[in-house]
Amino acid sequence: MTVAEASDPVRASRRRLVLDGMGIIATAGGFGLVYGLAARAAGFSPIEAGGMSVIVFAGAAQFAAVGYVLGGFSWLGVVLLTAFLNARHLLYAAALAPYLADRPRPLRALMAHLLTDEAFALSIAHFRRIGRADLWGYWWAAIVTTFIPWNIATLAGATLGGQIPDPSRYGLDVIFPAAMAGLAVGLVTGRRELVAALAGAIVGVAVGLASDPAAGILAGGLIGPLLGLLTPAGRGDHRQEAQIVFTPTLDDPSREHEHP
Amino acid sequence: MSTDLVLLAVLMGAATYPSRALPLLAPGMHRLPARVQEYLRLVGPAILATLAAVNVMVAIDADRNPSFHVGIEWLAVGACVVLVAARRGLLVGTVVAALIAALARSTGLA
Repeated sequence: MTVAEASDPVRASRRRLVLDGMGIIATAGGFGLVYGLAARAAGFSPIEAGGMSVIVFAGAAQFAAVGYVLGGFSWLGVVLLTAFLNARHLLYAAALAPYLADRPRPLRALMAHLLTDEAFALSIAHFRRIGRADLWGYWWAAIVTTFIPWNIATLAGATLGGQIPDPSRYGLDVIFPAAMAGLAVGLVTGRRELVAALAGAIVGVAVGLASDPAAGILAGGLIGPLLGLLTPAGRGDHRQEAQIVFTPTLDDPSREHEHP
Repeated sequence: MSTDLVLLAVLMGAATYPSRALPLLAPGMHRLPARVQEYLRLVGPAILATLAAVNVMVAIDADRNPSFHVGIEWLAVGACVVLVAARRGLLVGTVVAALIAALARSTGLA
């Protein structure tokens, strides 16, 4: 970290956000390509595959939809399963809501459409590092690292089709879990976060094996924080929620250097 | 070129959007009790760890039956965790994870 960055935590945190986002760009690009190829193979036209990436913009649900369409599921079944698969977004939005409470409602409505696993992971880490919201950071996480590569790669896969080698040969399939685990490590700042993360993972795998991975993700996300909350806070634990302040950043650059 | 499934995409989007938007648009989310805010603060590490663990440890077959999976992905993700914990950065961690998986697969170890 340079002297300038040390005196400006927002700039330092944005720099880290950009670097962390590189792995996410690779993930979104790799999986977007695979999705495009899979959708094309299932009979989707490039417009249908691309339309789904723009309108639904939720990787797991889109992959599942390809399988459901291929398997001849009813549309009602596909829509209900999509709602279930994406229910975890409730938790993401609820966790981000305190940071974004003072933003205009139309802006929050737009931000909601772009909320994905990756956008949440990058932006919540960034917000917590600086102790407040930063619109630049959210747009970077949601649009530059996820929406754009996901949609370009979808179109490439659906249009080019065919002979692109299996991305898992290049280890692209492990980038997503590695990025999620790495970002979780970055959010562990005390005993409670550690318990929440470990408990969430254990519960998630157990429920995922007993029923379905989507149910496991939801269960881990709900029960992990509960067990973390029941854990006594360690002496060095940060109570970062107390540091949240609601100051504009890009809306009002003159206040960029105000920090709690 | 067929556009029939665009309507399905719209319906799927309509099913997804409320879970993304309701907590962001509902009034008073920023005035929640401290205990609730603390719970929401813990959602981040919990759900990210859950995503990673489920992705690596739960495999789904063609009939959507889950099974416990052990493979090179564990080592790859573990390496990423160690590197991030050692402050080497997420980018380095994910690149090393991908290299481990790719190398193991190309050499027939996985």
